[in-house]
Amino acid sequence: MKITVKLFATFRAGRFDIETRDYPTGTKVGQVVKQLDLPTEKLGILMINSRHVDLERRLEDGDTLAIFPLVGGG
Amino acid sequence: MDALRIFLHERATDGLVSWHDQQQAGERFNRPVAEVEETILQAGLLPARYQRNQQMISTEQQLRLFRSTVAVIGAGGLGGYILEQLARLGVGRIISIDDDIFEENNLNRQLLSSPKNLGRVKVEVAAERIGEVNPAVTLTPIRALLGRDNGAELLSGVDCVIDAVDNVPARLELEELCESLQLPLVHGAIAGWYGHVATILPGEGTLKKIYRHWQGGKGVEAQLGNPSFTPALAASFQVGEVCKLLLEQGRPLRNRQLIFNLLDMEIDEITF
Repeated sequence: MKITVKLFATFRAGRFDIETRDYPTGTKVGQVVKQLDLPTEKLGILMINSRHVDLERRLEDGDTLAIFPLVGGG
Repeated sequence: MDALRIFLHERATDGLVSWHDQQQAGERFNRPVAEVEETILQAGLLPARYQRNQQMISTEQQLRLFRSTVAVIGAGGLGGYILEQLARLGVGRIISIDDDIFEENNLNRQLLSSPKNLGRVKVEVAAERIGEVNPAVTLTPIRALLGRDNGAELLSGVDCVIDAVDNVPARLELEELCESLQLPLVHGAIAGWYGHVATILPGEGTLKKIYRHWQGGKGVEAQLGNPSFTPALAASFQVGEVCKLLLEQGRPLRNRQLIFNLLDMEIDEITF
């Protein structure tokens, strides 16, 4: 299935801003995060089609997944 | 009309009272400049320092700001700019809460830090600075960590709270505290080129949503640090929100998070 992955801020470095990629049916958000080697302890907002989701959520063909890093400084 | 009011009306030019006359009024009538400021505004006059506010903030609204109390939690990167802006805006009572002292690595971004202030208590420097910038407003320095144990006492009489702390657990605790005290909270967080802001009214729980994947520890600021301009930007967004909340104007950033990326110059709005 085709999933459009949008990365934000530091997660873009060495990866990409936006890409449409192929994933096996039933892939979960957490598997995409792992495959992209994104640090789970630095995860901020996760959204599929502008709705907030958790790592356990399964993706569906045509979904857009947005991944933001955690920002907490002041 | 009492003698102070008559004096102020006599000295006013085009409805504006100069700082010199405000000070003189204080001396002549033996009143603190803060009290003179309130009398000026009550009389429908304007301290001349607010002349450039006048087209967007009416005299009545300026009085409302003067009678407001805002608590700023954190006097570091965000907090320094926030305190300065609140004082210049004319918010009458500002409570600055932080337990830290200035260190050399603060100098690249923290407005209140300077070589001569290294080792000094941040909130004490804040009180001095605000006393210089706008002597008519009162900054109460509190050297403490705000938490559940002292929150109700330290935030008593406050109209609005600003989150300018530097870690996620303190932010989540602050949101809970504001929720229990029924206070609006204006949140800002930064890391390197990036940052975000949100306005939270009691019951909305936006911070719990923003940090729902937090597992402990710091965000990407731990790797990136923070430059001079990112805290200034987030702080300006936050003070703009506070001004709107105090004046009940405009559309606050409720149930939304504004995320900015200065490296790629992008702004995203997330809704909850």
